[in-house]
Amino acid sequence: MKIKINVVTDIVVKPIIAEAIIETGTLLNISQAHIDSTKGEITADVPKDDFDRFSKALISRGVEIIVLDKPILRDEDECVECGACVSVCPVKVFTFGEDWSVNLDEGNCIQCGTCIEMCPHGALALEQ
Amino acid sequence: MVEKSIHEINRRIKDGSVNVVTAEEMVGIVAGIGAESAAKEVDVVTTGTFGAMCSSGVWVNLGHSEPPIKMQNVWFNDVEAYTGLAAVDAYIGATQLSETLGMEYGGAHVIEDLLRGKSVDVHATAYGTDCYPRKQLDTTITLNDINQAVMMNPRNGYQKYNVATNSSNRTLHTYMGALLPNFGNATYSGAGVLSPISNDPNYETIGTGTRIFLGGAQGYITGEGTQHDPGNGFGTIMVQGDLKKMDPDYVRAATFQGYGTSLYLGIGIPIPIINERVAQATAISDADIPTDILDYAIESRSRPKLGQVTYEELKSGMIDINGKEVPTSPMSSFKIARKIAGELKNWIKRGEFFVNLPIDRLPIDSLVKPMLQTQETPLVGEIMSGDVVTIKQDASVHEAAKKILESAFNHLPVVSRTNSIVGIVTAWDISKAVAEDRYDLVKDIMTKETITAVPGESIDVAAYRLDQNRISAMPVVDKDDQVIGIITSDDISKLLARRC
Repeated sequence: MKIKINVVTDIVVKPIIAEAIIETGTLLNISQAHIDSTKGEITADVPKDDFDRFSKALISRGVEIIVLDKPILRDEDECVECGACVSVCPVKVFTFGEDWSVNLDEGNCIQCGTCIEMCPHGALALEQ
Repeated sequence: MVEKSIHEINRRIKDGSVNVVTAEEMVGIVAGIGAESAAKEVDVVTTGTFGAMCSSGVWVNLGHSEPPIKMQNVWFNDVEAYTGLAAVDAYIGATQLSETLGMEYGGAHVIEDLLRGKSVDVHATAYGTDCYPRKQLDTTITLNDINQAVMMNPRNGYQKYNVATNSSNRTLHTYMGALLPNFGNATYSGAGVLSPISNDPNYETIGTGTRIFLGGAQGYITGEGTQHDPGNGFGTIMVQGDLKKMDPDYVRAATFQGYGTSLYLGIGIPIPIINERVAQATAISDADIPTDILDYAIESRSRPKLGQVTYEELKSGMIDINGKEVPTSPMSSFKIARKIAGELKNWIKRGEFFVNLPIDRLPIDSLVKPMLQTQETPLVGEIMSGDVVTIKQDASVHEAAKKILESAFNHLPVVSRTNSIVGIVTAWDISKAVAEDRYDLVKDIMTKETITAVPGESIDVAAYRLDQNRISAMPVVDKDDQVIGIITSDDISKLLARRC
């Protein structure tokens, strides 16, 4: 499952992710990470069975965890189903259906944001 | 040959016995029963397309103010419109950008907002005359408040379009969307099998005066579109329709990041099957429409052709470019193109839309011309400094500092043992190294990803690259990456100053 890990300033220098991985043996798959001196934001996939233990390990170290149910949001009123997003997505979130509808499989999304820039109708946004 | 008169077809539309199919359905019909029988069976074939049509806009007439004004400049929601005509007429062009919001909002958005019944702020200025004394005007209007809002688009409905891809190592932001580096994707436009002109490439029924579906209302073709290029299979049409009658589902503002705004517009053209030849033409399928793959990394109007593909291959989602599998995406919506062809079919079936033959035929084999340029643009090779000083990557920072002092340049291209470019080092890099007490080798402090120029490119392209990368100089290299000169923003500004 897709999660967002928010790390606050005072602990950003500590290797908390590594500690939590070693402690729980979770195979964390990081897809996005933005870390600077003030804060860290990490988007990652964590196996469903490990989620409880892993999040407990992180939360005990002072980290905030948000579960991303819908990592990418589509405004159906703005979308014209052109499919411009299809070719820029590195993980094939968008596919054409039989009737040329653009289907969305948000489970794959790694929140890279490329599709948001591509969309001519401003129909896409990341879940924050 | 089977022939049918337009009156016969319209009589069938009137009495409800008309047989209308979409251009997609026609492919199978002609394949099944042949063009001759299809010409007897089918009366009208409908087409449709829905995509970015940048050369679009709307003429508005605001009605006279009290006291009256002859607008010299006018803005709608901060988007300037053309008003070099009488008094209160103005043309809102789709790609004109807002002076406050930039690329987020443009003429296309004003048009969509008007159509959606939203209020639009108008600001106008004038010099004042005896007959039009007013010099400034501010008001807020909706579509209902103005006399006319006539969509008049000089170039719409391209027969087909090129495929765009990118060989460079950076993302390009174009009117064909984001083109990812190293052939990361390819984008295309046009409806293929449903494309109006592709279904009547001899312009037997598509011409001046043809009644069409335009933005959800009935509109007309007024003539050949600008840049009409039927000789190369790139025909276009000029169209007109009443914005007040249009449907916002088919008139949608868009922004291409880094390019600007555009209008997604729905157009559907009915093709009355007046003979067997026309029937045969409407049997065209995606596989019968080839188009060229162009490299948008080359900043020239003659972009290199990397290959040819059909719309069938494009629609498969993957094409082959020089042996690499490249994912494709359309920039136009085939789903909505289908909806338009279907809606037009229903209008005709219900007897709400009658077909006609053109009043005048469009040119069928003319060619588009490039611009006549009477002032030649200098090339990088002509204005670069050829006496460039380079430094080897294994030289010391001290040596680099000496070279900069001895030469007139602030930039030293760094070269390998074989004199190929490997980086660039600036006076600032050296100062920084000295300030930090780092007396390493040049290769440790240089910028490795060097932006370079080639002698044969125009200085306008070089100036754009300097600007995009926020740098002030580029080494000029030959095809073997050997440094042959350097071009600086100073060289270019001096030249531009001389030109003015």
